Amino acid sequence: MSLLVALLLVLGALFMLLAGVGLVRLPDLYLRMSATSKAATLGASLVLLGAAVHFGTAAVAGRAVVIVVFLFLTAPVAAHAIGRAGYRRKSPLWSGTIVDELADADPDRKESA
Amino acid sequence: MILEVVLLALAWMALTGDWSPAAAVFSLVLGWLLLRLARPLGGEGFRRVRLARLPGFLLFFLKEIVVANLTVAAAVLAPSGRLRPAIVAIPLALDRDAEIALLANLITLTPGTLSLDVSPDRRTLYVHAMSTSGPDDLRREIQQGFERRILEVFR
Repeated sequence: MSLLVALLLVLGALFMLLAGVGLVRLPDLYLRMSATSKAATLGASLVLLGAAVHFGTAAVAGRAVVIVVFLFLTAPVAAHAIGRAGYRRKSPLWSGTIVDELADADPDRKESA
Repeated sequence: MILEVVLLALAWMALTGDWSPAAAVFSLVLGWLLLRLARPLGGEGFRRVRLARLPGFLLFFLKEIVVANLTVAAAVLAPSGRLRPAIVAIPLALDRDAEIALLANLITLTPGTLSLDVSPDRRTLYVHAMSTSGPDDLRREIQQGFERRILEVFR
């Protein structure tokens, strides 16, 4: 059992570390949001799951499950809000971006980009 | 409405760790009041929910999350020359607020893609992808993956 707990904790921490590395390495706001919001959600969920298995009581497991559900409900809303706000504030896209169909749809934005 | 109240009550009892009858009554009343308060904020809900198809949908979603997280892990560690980001316009077959919100959230939750905006006429969803072989591939992936599954469960 403790092996499973250790595995969950280490995997969770690993995903959060990857999110951090992505934040530093990736070249623009959108890519950074992409890397951090999900990997951090998965990482935190795995750590919570590890805690639930470790304590093994309904009270802890129930709380852990509810927290995971709330994380999965709220994290994408926050990521979407930040990404959209960034686009509206014209946070620059990385030069390697192959196509921006949102700019094509809105000539006003294309002009000022 | 009843389903929502029960779900909120279960969440409340799980978080407080109190499963006594008194807590059940209290959380049901609280959940009902909250939903009454929040109703003016809500858009259109789902037409229907096929509960029997929900587990398959959740399994598919979990699989997508795990696979996509590994892909992003590789993208983060690889040299940035491997990245091929794009913002792609995805035409929507979904038309309800709740359906579009669910699709947008699922896309944001699976790593590598981020929902940026919905066109004012709500026919198009704009998605940022970290690495795509081409806009048409991403369109096909989302339309035949998440969107088709949402249609299966909620129509």
